Amino acid sequence: MKKWYAKTYVSLVMIFLYVPIAVLILFSFNASKSRAVWAGFSLKWYRELFHNELILTSLYNTMVVALVASVVATILGTAAALGIYSMKRKWFRSAIMNVTYMPITNPEIVMGVSLLLLFVFMSEKMHLPLELGLGTLIIAHVTFCTPYVILNVLPKLRQIDKFIYEAAMDLGCSPTQAFLKVIIPEIAPGVFAGFIMALTYSVDDFIISYFVSSASSATLPVTIGAMVRKRISPEINALSAIVFVVVLAVLLIYNFISIRHEKQIQKGGGSFR
Amino acid sequence: MKFRYASAPYVVWSVIFVVVPLFLVVGFAFTDSSGQFTLDNISKVTTYTAVFMRSIWLSVIATVICLLVGYPLAFIMSRCLPSGQRTLTMLIMLPMWINFLLRTYAWMTILEHNGILNTILTTLGFQPLNMINTQGAVVLGMIYNYLPFMILPLYSIMTKISGSVIEAAQDLGANPFLVFARVILPLSMPGVTTGITMVFVPSVSTFIISRMLGGGSNMMIGDLIDAQFLGNAYNPNLGAAISLVLMVIILLFMSILNQFEDSEEKEGMMI
Repeated sequence: MKKWYAKTYVSLVMIFLYVPIAVLILFSFNASKSRAVWAGFSLKWYRELFHNELILTSLYNTMVVALVASVVATILGTAAALGIYSMKRKWFRSAIMNVTYMPITNPEIVMGVSLLLLFVFMSEKMHLPLELGLGTLIIAHVTFCTPYVILNVLPKLRQIDKFIYEAAMDLGCSPTQAFLKVIIPEIAPGVFAGFIMALTYSVDDFIISYFVSSASSATLPVTIGAMVRKRISPEINALSAIVFVVVLAVLLIYNFISIRHEKQIQKGGGSFR
Repeated sequence: MKFRYASAPYVVWSVIFVVVPLFLVVGFAFTDSSGQFTLDNISKVTTYTAVFMRSIWLSVIATVICLLVGYPLAFIMSRCLPSGQRTLTMLIMLPMWINFLLRTYAWMTILEHNGILNTILTTLGFQPLNMINTQGAVVLGMIYNYLPFMILPLYSIMTKISGSVIEAAQDLGANPFLVFARVILPLSMPGVTTGITMVFVPSVSTFIISRMLGGGSNMMIGDLIDAQFLGNAYNPNLGAAISLVLMVIILLFMSILNQFEDSEEKEGMMI
């Protein structure tokens, strides 16, 4: 990036991306309730945030749903990827892949509405215990998270040299041992990436959760959605500032680790793949 | 390797929670509240043509602006040193990790009648502007939220364009415009179509951004669907019909877009 206009252009886009976030963080320290007039520094909104029962309950719901859903999605998705990979019938495979892409390409609102219809239909017409709540939230989150796990694991499976698995069995491994010692280590990075992706999507989801949650099972984004409609709630600023700092810290640490990792590989001359 | 049946639980799961719900949407769209077959819902959708046109029009504007802003940025990024590329990717992804409601809320703070921008304007002696509750504000909100979805696929495809290809074109006498039109643009086309899809689909189906920045008068398809299910206009059958039409619009849009793209190598473009 040598040219000055390239630098200016990139800076302008970055300003566009970060000014709103800077505004949120700045006004989280504002002493008055106003969102435009600065009335002095205060930590009032942070204090009120941590005494806000509603926000704390939603935070708890978010974590429960995200953890359960992403663990289930990771298991379901990894198994599915193994199955899809070793499937012989091509039409069946492409049918499954098409269904897998559906939650990704379909608009989220349609996903939310269709699941809402299903849950209402199942609990009213079929008398299944599927009233809206944490259970339906977890089901919905598993549904939209699993495709991301599959799409992360499948490429790793395709990279595996099939002969290593056979060699392990020739050398006396049982199929289970060969699976644990050859396949699992090879796909582990993909499984992990899928899990992290599932976790982030689950924590961040508003649209689908909005349709399938009840008042008592609202996740943090759903609560924020309800607060935002009332327009004035400076605790939200404090909350966004905390979220931003946490995310920034995680990304910086991740970046730092991956740079060090690369340097080590360069020094050692060998790679792990 | 024999894991053929490992995908069985997933297949059952997706049939119940992905395929059946979509059939339910179709079923609800063609029935009335007592379960009788009817075409009333579909014909009632036509009374909302204005909302549909507004949604499509605003999303097209947002998508075009995202493309115009994102394309040069992605190209500049792809020509940076690896460390610069990593930093810029991180900077572009960071806002995406903050919930879009919070980011849109920040824009409300900025654009409001007595918001930050107007406070600055009046202190400088200008007349305050009317920015919130306009279509412009809705488009701005969509651009702000979905710009990274345009930049990232473009960037990932542009890193694959080797600098020597561009130099070769220049050596053969192509001027900057020809280099762009004949080399860079065709090679980045898969990124362009992915970017357009990833901005247009969430834009056209957005629902809360329009309410926050557009007020009550700039309703979009998403708000309409929301009102039928959880709002005061409760009518799930009509809501299902609107959702069905929305899906058809998106399918049409994607099939038009596919005309511009080689069918191979689609996988792996989704981040």
